[in-house]
Amino acid sequence: MTVTTPLPSIDKEIDARGSFCPGPLLELIRGVKSVPVGGTVAVLSSDPGSNKDIPLWIQKARHDYLGAFAEDGYTRFVVRKAH
Amino acid sequence: MQTDAPERMSLVLFSGTADKLTAAATLTTGGAAMGMEVDLFLTFWGLEAFKKDAIGSVPLVSADFAELGPMMREVMQAKRVPSWLDTLRGAREIGVVKVYACSATMELFGHKLEDLEDIVDEVTGAASFIDRAKDSKITLFI
Repeated sequence: MTVTTPLPSIDKEIDARGSFCPGPLLELIRGVKSVPVGGTVAVLSSDPGSNKDIPLWIQKARHDYLGAFAEDGYTRFVVRKAH
Repeated sequence: MQTDAPERMSLVLFSGTADKLTAAATLTTGGAAMGMEVDLFLTFWGLEAFKKDAIGSVPLVSADFAELGPMMREVMQAKRVPSWLDTLRGAREIGVVKVYACSATMELFGHKLEDLEDIVDEVTGAASFIDRAKDSKITLFI
């Protein structure tokens, strides 16, 4: 799912472009662990599997999904750590 | 406090080629990410691949696809795909992943736990693995 709302502010951004499933998800989970509650994390992924896997993980882990922002050849997924 | 037992996923790793181990490591990471407890039971060639420092000598693909081996090596190097062992270490960072070595294979090949990569938690028999696997939502033989 790609949304077109303005890009939220990002506390930590991880570039996982060129990495394959499960790389980008793994990087995002590490990133979320490393920020305080309320912090926002973005991961850049060029793996098409991320489009479903990352929102699914965010939902399962009960964090706040702030959206997927399509760029040229990759997507920026943004999450806010909820707990 | 969460009282429900976590969902469980159980994989038997029989194969000792990097292609299948990569698939197993990827699925393990997916399970761990989705909050499942993942058990890996290493047996036969799957166990041999976990001998200390064996990773460099693990065949890339099974004999069925031998002619594709060089191509796969090239692609994996060019795209810097992490090793299956590193992927499994990553899965253990984000979730609960237990790695069991089959006691019969250990005996057969004369291995001790300390001969294996430190990712292997313990040596166990088939009955113990089945006892944990019987409540799994997902069981795979790879």
